[in-house]
Amino acid sequence: MFDWLFEMFSYAFITRAVLVGMIVSLCAALLGVSLVLKRYSMIGDGLSHVGFGALAVAMVLGVAPLAFTIPVVVVAALLLLRLSETSKIKGDAAIGMIATAALAVGVMVLSLARNANADISGYLFGSILVMSKDDLTISLILGGAVLILFILYYRRIFTVTFDEAFARATGLKAGLYNTLIAVLTAVTIVLGMRLMGAMLISSLVIFPALTAMRLCKSFKTVTLTAAGVSLISFFIGMSISYLLSTPAGASVVLVNALMFLLFALIARLRSRKLKPAA
Amino acid sequence: MPLISVKDAAFAYDGQIVLSGVTFDVNQGDYLCIVGENGSGKSTLMKGLLRLVSPVKGSVSLGDGLAQDEIGYLPQQNLTQRDFPASVLEVVESGIRGKRLFLNKADKARAQEKMALLEIADLQHRSFMELSGGQRQRALLARALCATRKLLLLDEPTAGLDPVVARELYKTIENINKEQGIAVIMITHDVHTAAFYASSILHLQQTPLFFGKPDEYLDTYHGQCFAGGICDV
Repeated sequence: MFDWLFEMFSYAFITRAVLVGMIVSLCAALLGVSLVLKRYSMIGDGLSHVGFGALAVAMVLGVAPLAFTIPVVVVAALLLLRLSETSKIKGDAAIGMIATAALAVGVMVLSLARNANADISGYLFGSILVMSKDDLTISLILGGAVLILFILYYRRIFTVTFDEAFARATGLKAGLYNTLIAVLTAVTIVLGMRLMGAMLISSLVIFPALTAMRLCKSFKTVTLTAAGVSLISFFIGMSISYLLSTPAGASVVLVNALMFLLFALIARLRSRKLKPAA
Repeated sequence: MPLISVKDAAFAYDGQIVLSGVTFDVNQGDYLCIVGENGSGKSTLMKGLLRLVSPVKGSVSLGDGLAQDEIGYLPQQNLTQRDFPASVLEVVESGIRGKRLFLNKADKARAQEKMALLEIADLQHRSFMELSGGQRQRALLARALCATRKLLLLDEPTAGLDPVVARELYKTIENINKEQGIAVIMITHDVHTAAFYASSILHLQQTPLFFGKPDEYLDTYHGQCFAGGICDV
């Protein structure tokens, strides 16, 4: 019955894609809880567009994609954070501007570079064929670093996310932790972008947190549930992608969307049960 | 030596002086109420005391071995927290400061002690967003107490609470002040309560109009005016 599972993992590129995807799903879900609660979830979306632009430039220049894209997106993350904190332009508008401009740069560069067999749709909507062994190594190391930093600073991330005014007033460097979250998000998005697609990667940040919040009422349970939901959704999505030959990114996003609906339905049924019958 | 010492401080916002000529000390066990209309500079002064903004003139200094991470603070109520998934225990424990990344036994015991003091120990596994307004303020006060042993700064702690709940909260704050010897600095609109509990009152209107004992305050023109007496401007 599960023969297909063994068959699926007999392909080295699928195994690599699943490993990278799992660690990206985990990191994105953990960071997503904080981003969603701070009303920063669109930063994830903005960063993926910047990532697309940077990736296109790296491709055309023939430089290593991750080595070029990660620094560019980290800088963009810091910029977006500054903009949404201090600028006269509202944060969401600033993200919209930077995101679409970066997207335009990517499309222009790819269409001007005649020699590169530019597969725009592969960048936009993801491909599981792109993971090399080096990519796997880099992803595992960086993903592991994101995970460890998140666990080490979990308590402070909670304090800053819950109440920045209190955190600052009591001597916690809130700006530093906001920066940490933005940088970790940037790294996570770049790692997952080629697999999931620039248009779809931000769903890994947003969906699991919102799904978990349907049912869980403490930060710890929300965080753990988001991580679990994200891993399960990714795995189911990849399996569907393999069995039905559908694009991996879109399959994973759809499973995430269904999970959200399922959790929302359970929450609805639960709250109805709590109310006395009329 | 005072816990906080403010000397002829002036604060600016967007290049405009919004508050000037402020001088006072807060010593251990003091209870200072800061009153004034909206836009009088109360919140700016609070930020100055928390050292989130620096004075453009004069100084604000912490003394008596008080470090920045030893100040307890209860911010103005924040609407986004009302749909934030967090248990009461998580909120209270987030007040504990120090270099450690994880809580040890003493930290956890401290959080339990503060929740017991504020009579919310039985709510600790409840979700913060399901609490009533009064319970929420108690949880945030317990968090502030986790952060300090010496000084509490409260920014309109009873805003939006019904009078009975507000009175209970004032009583609790008085107990913390009297029994634990923790100095309290509170911003409030409620002059009568301020005059009843505080050991001194500071009335601001871009500059201090009054600073002194509560009974003297009620006798002054500003006190009568602000406490709801007749006042012609």
